[in-house]
Amino acid sequence: MHLHDDKIKELEETANKIRESLIDELVEAGSGHSAGPLGMADIFTLLYFHTLKHDPKNPDWEDRDRLVLSNGHICPIQYAAMAHAGYFPVEELKTLRKFGTRLQGHPHRTSLPGIETTSGPLGSGLSQAVGMAIASRMDGKKNFIYCLMSDGEHDAGQTWEAVMLAGREKLWNLIGIIDRNNIQIDGMTEDIMPLEPFRAKYGAFGWHVIDANGHDFMNMHMAIEQAQVVQEKPTVIIAHTIPGKGVAYMERDYLWHGKPPTKPEEIKQALHDLRTLGGRIQSEHQ
Amino acid sequence: MSINKKANLVENILELEKLEQVPIRNGYGEGLVEAGEKYPSVVALCADLTESTRTEAFAKKFPDRFVQMGVAEQNLASVASGMAAMGKIPYISSYAMFSPGRNWEQIRTTICYNERHVIIAGAHAGISVGPDGATHQAIEDIAITRVIANMTVIAPSDVHEAHKATFAAASLGGPVYIRFAREKTPVYTTPDTPFEIGRAEIFWEGKDPKVALVACGPSVHNALLAAKKLSEEGIGVVIINNHTIKPMDEKTIIDVAKKTGALVTIEEHQINGGMGSAVAEVITRNIPVPIEFVGVQNRFGESGTPIELVEKLGMGVDSIVQAAKKVIQRK
Repeated sequence: MHLHDDKIKELEETANKIRESLIDELVEAGSGHSAGPLGMADIFTLLYFHTLKHDPKNPDWEDRDRLVLSNGHICPIQYAAMAHAGYFPVEELKTLRKFGTRLQGHPHRTSLPGIETTSGPLGSGLSQAVGMAIASRMDGKKNFIYCLMSDGEHDAGQTWEAVMLAGREKLWNLIGIIDRNNIQIDGMTEDIMPLEPFRAKYGAFGWHVIDANGHDFMNMHMAIEQAQVVQEKPTVIIAHTIPGKGVAYMERDYLWHGKPPTKPEEIKQALHDLRTLGGRIQSEHQ
Repeated sequence: MSINKKANLVENILELEKLEQVPIRNGYGEGLVEAGEKYPSVVALCADLTESTRTEAFAKKFPDRFVQMGVAEQNLASVASGMAAMGKIPYISSYAMFSPGRNWEQIRTTICYNERHVIIAGAHAGISVGPDGATHQAIEDIAITRVIANMTVIAPSDVHEAHKATFAAASLGGPVYIRFAREKTPVYTTPDTPFEIGRAEIFWEGKDPKVALVACGPSVHNALLAAKKLSEEGIGVVIINNHTIKPMDEKTIIDVAKKTGALVTIEEHQINGGMGSAVAEVITRNIPVPIEFVGVQNRFGESGTPIELVEKLGMGVDSIVQAAKKVIQRK
């Protein structure tokens, strides 16, 4: 589906609203990850507001595309995108991680309609997406299975077991999107367990590989459109993202991987950065 | 003879040399094909052990519904979860040591917590794996599966029961673990022997019983041989084939504990956390009577024939007889 300039502007605004909701969510919860979710706000916005064939009012619609979030710890951004897309009231985001919530600390399928699978333990999402793609193909369906992964979870052997199987099965209906933000909990991915040459590794297992800028809606959209028409191969989009995107002091700092802002000045600065698009516009609260 | 006629067991059940001997895992192969014929959504996945786990017949009959996974058990469990998400009923097979052994967390999170209907078939379970040695003898699998919420755990006692359990699992819903022994074991039930997941069967009811032998898997037949010996010494026995370890048939277990006042559990598994422990959990809450546990006592197995190993590890007929006498004295 064509992406025109007005739509891009709309997506940018939506992404920013989703980022603001995310900061509100994390502050209210008092725990959770910051950098990864912020860095994926644009991609989740593109998926939920443009790419996915889905119906927020009928989340069990059989012919919907499937979105598998493998790195479940970034779920606050998925929750925020889902709420803004109409799966549940935005107000409910405040219940994140609290007793009795449908918004569990890591996503739980049977708690929240629209979540395709329970996740959190890293490395198992791609396997499930591969299973969905194989089953979908057996039934002659035309929908796509999208699997969002972190770069860090490529340390896990199981991810590569799934990569190998998807290559053998030539799963054209499977589109992997890797959040290539170069950080993981203990530091930079290339210091902890080098993943490069990432592109060549996927290519060697029979995948079509596309590099894209995870914050450029047009660029990501074109990558996904290309992935959808690739025949006889699964596609992986290595989406280069900036962890903490939109909040200057968090950007590219791995120390913000696993914690939310807690000090009043941190919270204020984060929301200010988001509301002003990093100082480019005036905040409505100014 | 005190054999329960309603159980429709074979003739000459106590004459070991006259009984046909067939590997329990064959029942998996037969039950899987039958399930595949009845339910078009049944699919099978196997981790490079298609012949050994008896998945082969299904793979030949329904090649489009079979996925060869290679030696990748973690992927096996999670791919199955994904297929179940799309409405398939996946049966996944490997050796029990690797599935549910190696892939336990994937089974817990992506199948059980995710509430997916996947049937996990663990071949080469128990000590009767024999010559392969301890690395391939799964004697912890009941413990690690029954502890996971939502899971059903079944240990069939011969080839016919394995066939029935495998077929019945297709219509059960939710995750199911079924363990299968490797080597040939006596075929002592028949296609007409009653079988229902979650219902224990009484196979032997002696007069004025003093002890109940509660067994699962190939140990049930050893319990029958032990019952014969005990009867000859004038000790009445009840035998329960407790094939479904979870959810357990609590009523039958409690009734038999009331009737006999003492239990012996028998299984090819560590006594810690196995079927016997599950029985003890029921008994201590409802009718505390003494229990003796026959099983592997905190050690690993080794190479040998199944009979040699069962004897050496203290699970043979004489060990069961001794345990029965001991528990009666503890009353």
